[in-house]
Amino acid sequence: MRIFDPHVHMTSRTTDDYRRMYDAGVRALVEPAFWLGQPRTNPGSFHDYFDGLIGWERFRASRFGIRHHCAIALNPKEANDPRCAEVLRTLPRYLAKDGVVAVGEVGFDAMTADEEKAFAHQLSLAAEHGLPVLVHTPHRDKAAGTRRTLELVAASGIPPERVLVDHLNETTVDMVDDSGCTLGFSIYPDTKMEPERMVRILQRRGLDRVVVNSAADWGHSDPLATARTGEAMLRSGFTRDDVDRVLWRNPVEFFARSGRLLLQELAPYSGGAFAGNSILRAQHAEPDA
Amino acid sequence: MTGGTAARGPLDGLVERVRRDPGAIGALFPAVGRTVGRGPGPSGDPDGILGPTVQDEARAALVSALAAALGDGAPDRLAEEVEALYRFGDAEEKRAVLRSLPVLPDGDAASRLTAGLLADALRGNDPRLIAAALGTPAAAALDDHAWRHGVLKCLFSDVPLDAVHGLGDRADAELGRMAAGYAAEREAAGRSVPDDARRLLSLTHGETEA
Repeated sequence: MRIFDPHVHMTSRTTDDYRRMYDAGVRALVEPAFWLGQPRTNPGSFHDYFDGLIGWERFRASRFGIRHHCAIALNPKEANDPRCAEVLRTLPRYLAKDGVVAVGEVGFDAMTADEEKAFAHQLSLAAEHGLPVLVHTPHRDKAAGTRRTLELVAASGIPPERVLVDHLNETTVDMVDDSGCTLGFSIYPDTKMEPERMVRILQRRGLDRVVVNSAADWGHSDPLATARTGEAMLRSGFTRDDVDRVLWRNPVEFFARSGRLLLQELAPYSGGAFAGNSILRAQHAEPDA
Repeated sequence: MTGGTAARGPLDGLVERVRRDPGAIGALFPAVGRTVGRGPGPSGDPDGILGPTVQDEARAALVSALAAALGDGAPDRLAEEVEALYRFGDAEEKRAVLRSLPVLPDGDAASRLTAGLLADALRGNDPRLIAAALGTPAAAALDDHAWRHGVLKCLFSDVPLDAVHGLGDRADAELGRMAAGYAAEREAAGRSVPDDARRLLSLTHGETEA
C-alpha cells in the first residue's frame, strides 16, 4: 500500500510517528497551515511557523523517507483576530516557494464576516499564484458553513477541480459532490469520519475525486488512519488498485495541479543535518555533533 | 482535597499591596494559588467550569482592588493592566480574568476589553476558558451569532450547559436550528446525541426543560 496523506499536521507529531507512517506505506504528505491548539497573538508567530513548515519539518520528514509538502494560509479561526490578520500581507512571499502546493487551510470556523473576508482574499491569492486550495469545513453548523463555502468558491472563478473541500461527512458529501470540487474526508476519532463509514460512502458514490486523510495533529488522532481506511476497503471487497487510487493517485492528481509536487523516492534514515541538527542525535552521533 | 477556602489573612494582604502599588498585580496575580489557597468555590467544581474556584475569587478581589486603586479617572490604564494579566496568564489566570470581567466599572474601555477577551477565549478549545467566557453576565457583550457559536462549542468541548449564564433567557430558534444540525450529524454518523444537545432542542422549541 502506498499512501499520500493530503492533510496531516506533522509539526505536532513525533519521529516515532514518521517511522510508523513510513512502515505503513506513507511516502508523501501535505501539511496544511493551521492553528497551534491555542490562539496565536501576532504575525511573527505565523512567520516562524511557516518557516518551520518549509524548513525543519520538510527535512525531518525526509529523514524518514517521506516527501513533505505544505499548504500556507491564515486559518479561519485566527482570521478573526485583527492582530493576526496582518499576516495576509506576507502570504505571497510564502505562496511563491517550492514545496508549497496549495493555499490552506482556509474556510470557515464560526462563519463571521472577518472569516469570509480572509477566505475570499485567499481564494484570489490562490488564483494569482496558480495554486490549488484546501478548504476546512467547520465543526459547528457544518452544513450551512459548507454551503456558503461552495458559494464563495463558485464566485471566485477558480475551477472546482482545483479546490479540495475537507472534513466532509454524511450530511455534506452530496452538496460538495454536485459542485465538482474534490472531496476530502478526515478519518479522525470521535469528531470526524471512521474507516467503516468511509467505506460506505465510497460504496455509494464511487472513488472519483475522493481523498482520505488522517488530519492527525495535537488532538486525539491517528497518523495511520489512512492505512486503516485502506485495510477497511480491502476487507469490504475493494481491490488493491482501488485503494491505490484513493490513497495515492487521487491526492497526487489533485496536488500535481500546483506544478510543485516532488515525489521521487527518498532513502529513509539518510545522513545530513538541518542547521546543525541531525534529529538522530546520540543514536547516530556524527563526528562533529 | 485540602483546599476549598481562601485564607483571609494573605488575601487581605495582597489586596492591600495592590491598593498601594497597582503595578504589583502583575506578579501577585499568578502567585495567588500559592499564597491564598486553591480548590473548588461554591460550585464544588475544582476545574472552575461550573463556577469560580477559590483562586478565581481571590484574583477577582485583586482586580477589584486594582480598579479601586486606579480610580474612575484611568479606565484605559485599568483595561491595559487587565489585558496584560490575560495576555501573559496561564489558563488558570486567564479563566480568573474572564470571571473578573463583571467587576470592571462600566465604560468604553471595559466594553472593548471584554469583547476582545471573550472572543479570544471562545477562539480556543480550552473548556475552562469557554465556560468562563459564557459563565458570567459579561457574556452579554457577545453578539447573538458569537454567543450561539459559543454555546454550540460547549457541546464539542465537554462543557456542560449548566456552565452557561442565562442560557434559558437567550436561547433562540437559530440556536435550535444549529443544535438540530448537530444532532442530525451525530445520528448520520451512528453516534448518540448528548443530553445537552437535547436540552438545547427542547429549550428552543418552547418545551419545558426536563
